[in-house]
Amino acid sequence: MRSSIVVVAVVAAVGLLVYGLASKGGSQIAVGDPAPQTMVDKLEGGGEESLADYRGRWVMVNFWASWCVPCREEAKTLNELQRQRGGPKFTVLGVDSNDLSPDAKAFVKRYGATYPQLRDGNGDLAHDFGTTGVPESYLFDPQGRLKMPWRGPIDERILREQFLPLIPQKGNS
Amino acid sequence: MRRPGLLLVLVALCGATAAPAAAAQPEVNINEIESEVMCPVCGTLLELAESPQAQREKAFIARLIGEGKTKAEIKDALVAQYGNSVLALPQSSGFDLSAYVVPIIGFVVAALALGFGVYRWRRSSGPPDDRPPAARGPTESEQERLDADLGRYDL
Repeated sequence: MRSSIVVVAVVAAVGLLVYGLASKGGSQIAVGDPAPQTMVDKLEGGGEESLADYRGRWVMVNFWASWCVPCREEAKTLNELQRQRGGPKFTVLGVDSNDLSPDAKAFVKRYGATYPQLRDGNGDLAHDFGTTGVPESYLFDPQGRLKMPWRGPIDERILREQFLPLIPQKGNS
Repeated sequence: MRRPGLLLVLVALCGATAAPAAAAQPEVNINEIESEVMCPVCGTLLELAESPQAQREKAFIARLIGEGKTKAEIKDALVAQYGNSVLALPQSSGFDLSAYVVPIIGFVVAALALGFGVYRWRRSSGPPDDRPPAARGPTESEQERLDADLGRYDL
């Protein structure tokens, strides 16, 4: 009887330890993985959305924050991408992560981002993606599977060489 | 000429009544708040963080202090922005309460277990009993056998 209590106590302690380690950091999603379905607030206008709401379109999820210096230049590149390719088949989806909403709204206004924006203030969605920081971008196909992750800022060359071949043109069927 | 004097008296009276009310408001200390909240990106206390995100958070707190918010209101605003993980100390309600209760329960259980262990140890290793073991009388069958045996001898 006494030995079984000790065994149960040891198993419980080890289980708690494993759970703690496993829940400490999210594992990074890989190519082919489904998009995390975490609901997050919209940055403006109220309401919530998840990536499931974008099923049927190519989506480039871009994690950013107003305090992130490389995100400023990247916002211009992504804005241009949205202008060229954005539509019913593709959209950039900004995710403001670990940030203050007034700062984030000021950032969007300042850099004139025209694509939809979500707010991941507590970093839950970033955790589900397993991000390592900002900026990071993830291109999902219309079935919601990850096609291309990119950790770090996207400039025009990276966009042209890595992403544009995958993203449909506005007029393509 | 009397009116300005009356006005001065009224102003002085208002000041005298407002002063205790102002004194009742606890002064919010930015250093104290920074030692009780986290920089979510850095994973450290805000007072130890110097990252760009931490600077924004500190500026946010300073702005709220400037607006006259209380410490509790500032913490609520931070939770609204960053979630509960921004608090360095667990909340005293909901699931977070377990952070305070479980250690107390653990301490009580450990103390009880220790006390029980000491009690059993003292009982098992106490001084030897000098008294002779209590005499046990014969059972009924033994008594019958004894009587039968004694009956065979002419004593």
